[in-house]
Amino acid sequence: MDAASDAELVERCRAGDDVAWAALVDRYARYVHAILTRVYRLGQHDAEDVFQEVFARIFERLDTLRDTDALRPWIAQTARNCAVDALRRSGREVPVDEVPEGADDGLARLDEALTVHAALDRLSPECHEILDRFFCRDESYRTIGAELGLPAGTIASRIARCLSRLRDVLDPGAGRARGRKSAPSTSGMQVEERR
Amino acid sequence: MTPEERIAELLRAVPAPPQGWVEAAKELPRTSRELDAILERVEQAERLRELAVRELEELLRAEGVEPTPAVVSHLRRRLAS
Repeated sequence: MDAASDAELVERCRAGDDVAWAALVDRYARYVHAILTRVYRLGQHDAEDVFQEVFARIFERLDTLRDTDALRPWIAQTARNCAVDALRRSGREVPVDEVPEGADDGLARLDEALTVHAALDRLSPECHEILDRFFCRDESYRTIGAELGLPAGTIASRIARCLSRLRDVLDPGAGRARGRKSAPSTSGMQVEERR
Repeated sequence: MTPEERIAELLRAVPAPPQGWVEAAKELPRTSRELDAILERVEQAERLRELAVRELEELLRAEGVEPTPAVVSHLRRRLAS
């Protein structure tokens, strides 16, 4: 994943850098997808069309973004507008304020989720991969173990250790306060269900 | 809920979209350049302009561009401007 800031990516995209555009898409694809499918609950077919529409609008209008540090809220607003347009086209009722009930809470949660997801890039590649596979791609211990060449029985403890590291990345103060204790066990966590 | 459980829940909240969607979005700069070339020819050729207005999808296919909804809507906006 490109480590450039949003503002740097925007500037490079404006200069016609295709690699920067690909990095921008990689960075925000999950976010846009989640807004369309989780907040606005578009079906898979509609979501695919609107997903492309959102990125087409972003691409076309990137020059109009005044505050390049405000890329994320601008993308969120673009996704919301496209989702509302799609709901209207499909004849579904759209609330007067154009935002489904709970959408603002949903967007705030997605903002937080995107921040957590972005923090994965600050972990080791091994931790990044195992957390992404388990939580984001919904893969089983067996699949992850087979892909990474690890015994399935060690996957749960790896996940717990990597989650603990991710927590330290997100909240370094908490990590220092805990000192160098061993990683927490998986008891009580939602990681035992997919074997 | 422990912090780790909360983090796990947030990771689950943003699953990856299908890879094909992401790859198609990444192709937008290239597609846009192809559309620029088509539009330039449309502006120059009356017959092509008629085809663009009447059968946009057919024109795109003839030019080797997949007429996805996003591409068609992108081109319609460009033609209208």
